[in-house]
Amino acid sequence: MRARPFPTTVVALGATSAIGEATLRLLAERGARFYLVGRNQEKLNAVAADLHTRGATGVATHVMDLDDTAAHAAMLAAAAQSLGTIELALLAHGVLGDQKEMEASYPAAEAVLRTNFLSAVSLTTWLANYFEATGQGTLAVISSVAGDRGRRSNYVYGASKGAVNVFLDGVRSRIDRAGVQVLTIKPGFVATPMTAHLAQGPLFAPPSQVAQGIVKAIEKRRDVVYLPAFWAVILLILRMIPRRIFKKLNV
Amino acid sequence: MPQKSSRQEFQSWGRYPKLDASVVPLNWTCDFPLRPPPATRMLPVGAGRSYGDVCLLGHGTLLRTRGTGLSGGMDRLLDFDPATGILCCEAGTTLGEILDFAVPRGFFLPVSPGTKYVTVGGAIANDIHGRNHHGAGTFGRHVPRFELVRSDGTLLICSAAQNAELYSATIGGLGLTGLIAWAEVRLRPIVSRKIRYTGIKFCGIEEFLLLSEAHARNEYTVSWLDCVGTGRNFARGIFMVGDHDQEREPLRRSRGVKLSLPVNLPEFLLSRRSAGLFNALYYHRRSAKFHSALVDYEPFFYPLDKLQNWNRMYGKSGMLQFQCVLPREAGETGLVEILKSITGSGLASFLAALKIFGDVPSPGMMSFPKPGITLALDFPIRHEVSFDLQERLAAITLDHGGRMYPAKDATMTAAQFQASYPQWKKFAAFIDPAFDSAFWQRVTA
Repeated sequence: MRARPFPTTVVALGATSAIGEATLRLLAERGARFYLVGRNQEKLNAVAADLHTRGATGVATHVMDLDDTAAHAAMLAAAAQSLGTIELALLAHGVLGDQKEMEASYPAAEAVLRTNFLSAVSLTTWLANYFEATGQGTLAVISSVAGDRGRRSNYVYGASKGAVNVFLDGVRSRIDRAGVQVLTIKPGFVATPMTAHLAQGPLFAPPSQVAQGIVKAIEKRRDVVYLPAFWAVILLILRMIPRRIFKKLNV
Repeated sequence: MPQKSSRQEFQSWGRYPKLDASVVPLNWTCDFPLRPPPATRMLPVGAGRSYGDVCLLGHGTLLRTRGTGLSGGMDRLLDFDPATGILCCEAGTTLGEILDFAVPRGFFLPVSPGTKYVTVGGAIANDIHGRNHHGAGTFGRHVPRFELVRSDGTLLICSAAQNAELYSATIGGLGLTGLIAWAEVRLRPIVSRKIRYTGIKFCGIEEFLLLSEAHARNEYTVSWLDCVGTGRNFARGIFMVGDHDQEREPLRRSRGVKLSLPVNLPEFLLSRRSAGLFNALYYHRRSAKFHSALVDYEPFFYPLDKLQNWNRMYGKSGMLQFQCVLPREAGETGLVEILKSITGSGLASFLAALKIFGDVPSPGMMSFPKPGITLALDFPIRHEVSFDLQERLAAITLDHGGRMYPAKDATMTAAQFQASYPQWKKFAAFIDPAFDSAFWQRVTA
């Protein structure tokens, strides 16, 4: 694989998420230009100011709820217009959901599937066609190790991420040959506001460490990356456990 | 989602006292005031690197600007002007994060304490000082402006010209006047990471004072002091001088390699005998009276940062810190009395630091430093012995017209505090009605 220039124009979907923001900071230090999408203008302004200070050469912000899939095409067209060409799209938005609540109520589960899966499908559909047509680009999607196997403690979240993984596998096979990188990012436990209420053990990684892994995976044109890397081993073991044993485990 | 909180035992760096509080991570400046407001009283806390109870509030709500602890939180760099060196950042940004940003751009902190893991908010709230106090004054002197958020939602830009009294009350105000959302810090230019260092051995307070006078024009001075030595080794130490090197050199970023102390060490390891051995080895490491070298700023300023969780060295009971400042005139006799009390107590301090404070005034109303001699010590907690000694040291300090440093205190009495900080009543008028701290409860009881 021949080396190619690192992406300099970035559309960030869910720019105020902890892993997303940490990744954008590293890109800002390389002088990238940004189109930031998130729900809260005040927070987007704070991220924009920070990226600017760290070396970003331009930052535009766009307030929207990414659950609103009908507005995706117009937003992404505006991003492409603002950036000239989109070289990197980072999908960083997502919700964890309350497993107990989702076990009891379908609407709660549907909300998580809409945010984590359906909105990603909508964004990826537009972006895959855009990248395929321009013959370049990196589509980097923050999924989760939880998508590798359904566990009793968070299978709705896991299913939403597992569906994303399967979808991206297909998209990759379709557009990789057009020169587009499709990167599935599978972080393990990360110390973010999303997980702040959980007891944080030694397996938790800081977002900055995960961000470094993401930047490296983009550079190396990886397809799938576990972050930190030891999660690949944990998930390999977890996937190998026979179902008749797995179903009795409290994981 | 800032309201997700957990009730937990939150420890300061000294790990004494241990108090329960709800910890609410703040990730954005707009996360405060909390909606809905908590039923308890509140206190902002940054990295939790102060030693005693200024960052604690039993049964209260701690507003943590460092997010979940590992990283993140209110740590954004909002603006930097290379022409003036003024960096505007959110209050949870650590001094280490500022250095990572500033050093490759040719800038450095105006004032560095002994660790880079403190936040800007904490640096202002405790009006910290460093090895350049005799020339540069406290950290607060280099903070031209900040935004204060009160619990009723009022946003106040504070500077020497705007909301001047609240500006003065917040610098050294122990986090009690409201939450600092962001602050401006005036950085200073450098051309190299290197420090021109000289270590000079001395014996006795008199020689220390002479050295301080002779090196008043050097930017950084501090002394390590052997508090175990008696007889002809009494008050021996190493006077350390440093200046930024003026030879232009590539300004790379620090590498993040760190060691960690994974467990609490058993408490018998820190005995008077081991401290005596350590001090003798440290003193005799170089045989010559003078030792000069060109060193990187990291080991010069932050020797202990290399070992994460070094506070575990003191075992699970934690440690007591003691730092006082004595006015220059009475300083020498007071200092000798303090050192004799320590050697007499049988307790030993590994990390004793001695320094002359200059007369550069701080804008802070409650700021600790004042012209004179400051001595900082730490002791393991050993039943009554440690507390008795603290009491004796505090009494000597007050007898000589000195005062103690709230950021390093866990034992000062209300009478001692009120006598040595008579401005406390004036300050109390600026405290946010919903804010409180374990320290403040103790010293105003």
